[in-house]
Amino acid sequence: MAEEKDPEKEKRKIKSVKKMKDIMTTYYIEAKMAEQTGKKVAWITSGGPVEPLIAMDVIPVYPENHGAMIGASKMGIDLCQKAEAMNYSSDLCSYARSDISCATVNGGPIGGLPKPDMLICCNNICGTVLKWYEVQARYFNVPLFILDTPFCHTQFTDEARKYVRKQIEEYILFLEDVCAKKMDHDRMKEVGKISVEGQRLWQAVLDTAQNKPAPLSAFDAFFHLALIVTLRGTKLAVDYYKELLAEMKQRIADGIGAVANEKYRLLWDNLPIWYRTKWLSEKFAAADACLVADTYTSAWCGALKYIDENNFLESMAEGYSRIYLNIGIDEMAREVIKMVDKYDVDGLVMHSNRSCKPYSFGQLDIQRIVRKERGLPSLMIEADMVDERFFSESQIATRIDAFMELVRERKGA
Amino acid sequence: MESLEILTAAVADPFTYARKLKKDGGKKVVGYMCTYAPEEIIFAAGAHPLRLFGSNKNIILADGHLQAYCCSLVRGVLEDALSGDLNFLDGMIFPHTCDTVQRLSDIWRLNVPAGFHLDVVLPVKLNTASAREYLIDVLNLFRSNLEKALKVKITGDDLRKSIALYNEIRNSLKRVYELKSKNPQIIKGKDIYTLLRGAMIMERSSYLKLLQSAIKELEKSAIKTTNTKKKRLVLSGGLCSHPDIYSVIEDAGGDVVADDLCTGSRYFAGLIKTDGDPITAIAERYLQRVICSAKHKDNKSRAENLIQTAQENGADGVIFMLLKFCDPHAFDYPYLKEALDKAVIPSLLLEVEDQPQAQGQLQTRIEAFLETL
Ligand code: SF4
Ligand code: SF4
Repeated sequence: MAEEKDPEKEKRKIKSVKKMKDIMTTYYIEAKMAEQTGKKVAWITSGGPVEPLIAMDVIPVYPENHGAMIGASKMGIDLCQKAEAMNYSSDLCSYARSDISCATVNGGPIGGLPKPDMLICCNNICGTVLKWYEVQARYFNVPLFILDTPFCHTQFTDEARKYVRKQIEEYILFLEDVCAKKMDHDRMKEVGKISVEGQRLWQAVLDTAQNKPAPLSAFDAFFHLALIVTLRGTKLAVDYYKELLAEMKQRIADGIGAVANEKYRLLWDNLPIWYRTKWLSEKFAAADACLVADTYTSAWCGALKYIDENNFLESMAEGYSRIYLNIGIDEMAREVIKMVDKYDVDGLVMHSNRSCKPYSFGQLDIQRIVRKERGLPSLMIEADMVDERFFSESQIATRIDAFMELVRERKGA
Repeated sequence: MESLEILTAAVADPFTYARKLKKDGGKKVVGYMCTYAPEEIIFAAGAHPLRLFGSNKNIILADGHLQAYCCSLVRGVLEDALSGDLNFLDGMIFPHTCDTVQRLSDIWRLNVPAGFHLDVVLPVKLNTASAREYLIDVLNLFRSNLEKALKVKITGDDLRKSIALYNEIRNSLKRVYELKSKNPQIIKGKDIYTLLRGAMIMERSSYLKLLQSAIKELEKSAIKTTNTKKKRLVLSGGLCSHPDIYSVIEDAGGDVVADDLCTGSRYFAGLIKTDGDPITAIAERYLQRVICSAKHKDNKSRAENLIQTAQENGADGVIFMLLKFCDPHAFDYPYLKEALDKAVIPSLLLEVEDQPQAQGQLQTRIEAFLETL
């Protein structure tokens, strides 16, 4: 018997969700069939330069996106424990842990990722990926390319610029070598343009949350992010985000918000808690709060200012080096404050994520800076993005209640 | 041994030592935390490089900046800085290694008022031509930034003298390790630890003199290894700030005859070429030296090196000492252990924290391990 549908809820559902699911399914099926179709597969870090892969007709696969799926399908504990049985400490990043063990058992929600022909690791997000990709390079015995993007504590030095640019040349040579064919530079230019277009559209989608009520929440953004991560540089991503943007504009025109009775607007920091997004979104919605923006999903368009679409390869050195996780805490705090102002935010929700040290260490300082500059209340949730063993529901629920009390008081409602 | 007594005093209280050096010797003191800090350049600038380890204080102030899942080394050093114990520092340098130190640098820059602050953003890989070039660029940049910060000129001659001194220190420490490996009873493990730590704390020229006189005494020493039943062990990991572990091992019937630690052999491994451009020569040492797990060279050299160290020193087993929450080393452990297993070298994993902990438990585990050898 069909379930009785709540029209209120139905109205609020984002229609593009189904399309997105279809695209992702097709993408993973194609990737898993690569062996039959003769295409090469590259595993690449989420902040890595995917555009040259697209231009070379290589299928990019993202272990981190896979990690998110593992988390969302609540298969994290099992795979993390398997990694621990392989002697990996439970204090390591749970994306890495679940991916490392998953590769050996072909487990997880899609029966494991297709085997890589090469590994592309860019350390602009963390040092964890370097170690993780070394592990996989040993396991699969395939070539590993490391794009080393020097950390920008206070600046991106000329020395660093020269180094990263040189490595991008090396990257192309590496790909030409592994694929045994030359890069088509006209195609590369086109892919660069499409990538920039996709990033602009993604930014435009996120920008719609400036509207009151916000037509989408950070929880929606966590979901719709997948394409800008995995299929950046393809027409598919561009077309999808055009549609999504149109849907958001229509929702604004129709006055449909992500949260039924949006009174409070919050900002999320750090990775999602994948196995609890639904619970968290309902918890906040019940308090009339909408998480209208986040520092995580905007990282895939935050470096647009450094990228020249007509000179993509050269400018991408800077673009990929100056992303949100590769800059100093003070600059991160400035970015947060910009978002607070842009989205007219009433409070800050920070996920202190024991998996992700570069994202989490410094949060306490950012919290202090934002409090000082904007007087915003903030909440720190101690958890882990994939490993549910580090999530305590009752404790977090109590803290959210106390925090919402503060937000309400401050708004004088 | 008189030299050892002087060293022991300095190592026991490095801050007092550094304050005195500053006051009496007029030296500027520059703090650092890891073997990727180009000490030779700091010394050439006429300043005193002081390696920080973090004391065993309760973490109170650092808790406001770093969550509990941060390694105790970094939390401890930050605690020292925030509590004002490091106010005597004229500056601090942060070579890029792990994610945790990367963020410590930011937190330090924003919260610790004392002295200048220099990031040395080294390449993470050390095996390509462009990384080599970048490493040289970064060291040159560091040289000029340090000149500005200390208001001095660092000449080629200054660098060459410094390099010569460091080469002698490294050679001498290597000699100590050789003596110990050949004849483990000749010196206690904790004294080796003191000799090494002295190299990171004391004024380097006077340190070298003490070290050399200690070596002379060791060479004369009549003690010969009598108990040949003692197990020969290699310590592997990041840093060791648990001198007690040596005594525990010795009491349990073992001897540490070699190590793979950044407060051990990684500190003195590799000499610097004395001809050609000195900065390039310093870079070359880093490129050739056995790496720390926060750096990339290839996928297997650490394991090969560890096995070689164990075999060359006739070791019966390896003890891994990993600091809790240290990602780079935790990622390397499974493959290192697997490589040891394949080479039929038994190993034991100890996960430690800088804070005082259950000594008894450590002891039981070490004893049990030694019994199996
Ligand atoms: S979650 Fe953090 S530590 Fe893990 S791969 Fe992502 S950026 Fe790196
Ligand atoms: S112990 Fe590990 S995590 Fe801590 S500073 Fe050293 S390398 Fe980084």
